[in-house]
Amino acid sequence: MVATRQAQWLVVHPLVVRITHWLNVAAVLVMVTSGWRIYDASPLFHFRIPAALTLGGWLAGALQWHFAAMWLLGVNGLVYLGYGIFSGHFRRKLLPVRPGDVFADLRAALRGRLVHDDLSVYNAAQRAAYLALVLCLVVLVVSGLAIWKPVQLQALAALMGGYEGARIVHFTAMAFVVAIVVVHVVMVVLVPRTLPTMVTGRTRRPR
Amino acid sequence: MKDDGRMGRSFDKLRGPVVESVERRLFLRQALSLGALSMLAGCDLTDADKTQRMLRAMSGWNDRVQGWLFDPARLAPEYPESAITTPFPFNAYYDESEVPTVDATDYRLELAGLIRDRRPWTLPELYALPQASQITRHVCVEGWSAIGKWSGTPFRTFLARVGADTTAKYVGFKCEDDYYTSIDMATALHPQTLLAFRYADQILPARYGFPMKLRIPTKLGFKNPKHIRAIFVSNDYPGGYWEDQGYNWFSGS
Repeated sequence: MVATRQAQWLVVHPLVVRITHWLNVAAVLVMVTSGWRIYDASPLFHFRIPAALTLGGWLAGALQWHFAAMWLLGVNGLVYLGYGIFSGHFRRKLLPVRPGDVFADLRAALRGRLVHDDLSVYNAAQRAAYLALVLCLVVLVVSGLAIWKPVQLQALAALMGGYEGARIVHFTAMAFVVAIVVVHVVMVVLVPRTLPTMVTGRTRRPR
Repeated sequence: MKDDGRMGRSFDKLRGPVVESVERRLFLRQALSLGALSMLAGCDLTDADKTQRMLRAMSGWNDRVQGWLFDPARLAPEYPESAITTPFPFNAYYDESEVPTVDATDYRLELAGLIRDRRPWTLPELYALPQASQITRHVCVEGWSAIGKWSGTPFRTFLARVGADTTAKYVGFKCEDDYYTSIDMATALHPQTLLAFRYADQILPARYGFPMKLRIPTKLGFKNPKHIRAIFVSNDYPGGYWEDQGYNWFSGS
């Protein structure tokens, strides 16, 4: 009986992935909303972010949040990347990504025909999106370091065209992260059983 | 290391006549910040206080990390004259119409604290010191940046001339416009930290900080005090006008 019950469940998200996922949710939420308030102090483009969407209340408060949460984002990200690379998690779950498969999945998704029955396997569109998210977060951290330390880390800043270039890279990477997160959350709403799975790690074995 | 309430006292102790009592300003926006925070977290004010303490503690930790990251030999990039931002932006905690006017003939730079020779300096005496120039990027805490040309005497030359205790932790500044700030000794001794008397080869105009500004290309703009009236060296954390309201103290670039 016990054996049968266990056999119906499949562990799809390892504990490390679940913990780092939810810590990352908190870190990204704080970084993005406080970052918007910092952006508003001297907007790069011809728009401001509505204050109601921002965190910190004023520039100093937003900077405090931003430079506190950066440690969570950075350390949590390093744990996730280390685990993903050395445990084979990335290789098993996120690779390979073939552009042809990604486009085929995207077309199917737009027609409402993309299936995600087996939660233990990511389709090509998911793989591409998750890898893109990881890449954008890495770019965000690197460009953020260049903005924070344009003198001490001037070689890093120079890679992005200096301090002002790093600001543009930082904003662009943020925009991509927000876009990917929005699509991700919409997908969770469309396939709601993925949400408890990211908490418990388990899903029912597909029959 | 830090004591938020200390600023006024350490100034009083060091130099009563020049240093007026400095009022800690708890701005409405700070209250707003707590309000917004408690709404976001759905928690009461006690939790907001705890959050505020946690954020301040993280800012203190970031001061230490930035102290470790600071390489005293790493120079800020310098730019050609063609890269200078014109007009260079005016920036202060008040409007440009409220810029203080300083009388050059009466002016004396006062020294206090852990300095051997604390005799005040006149402007001609300061102008006679060895001079250097730099074209560097001023990065504002708000995010914008601008390139300018400043000339003056390397601050480490000045500190050596007056016999400052360079093993002390802090150098503090008290300004004509009631602004005040302080920096770490390592940054004070950085080769590009300049006691600037000129902007774009002209005597520093009032809006850029006449009679002098401490130009620190390795720190954010608000760490570059203008209209300096008194300089002191201390081991007690002196804080600063913006720092006491929550801006990160080290704020290094």
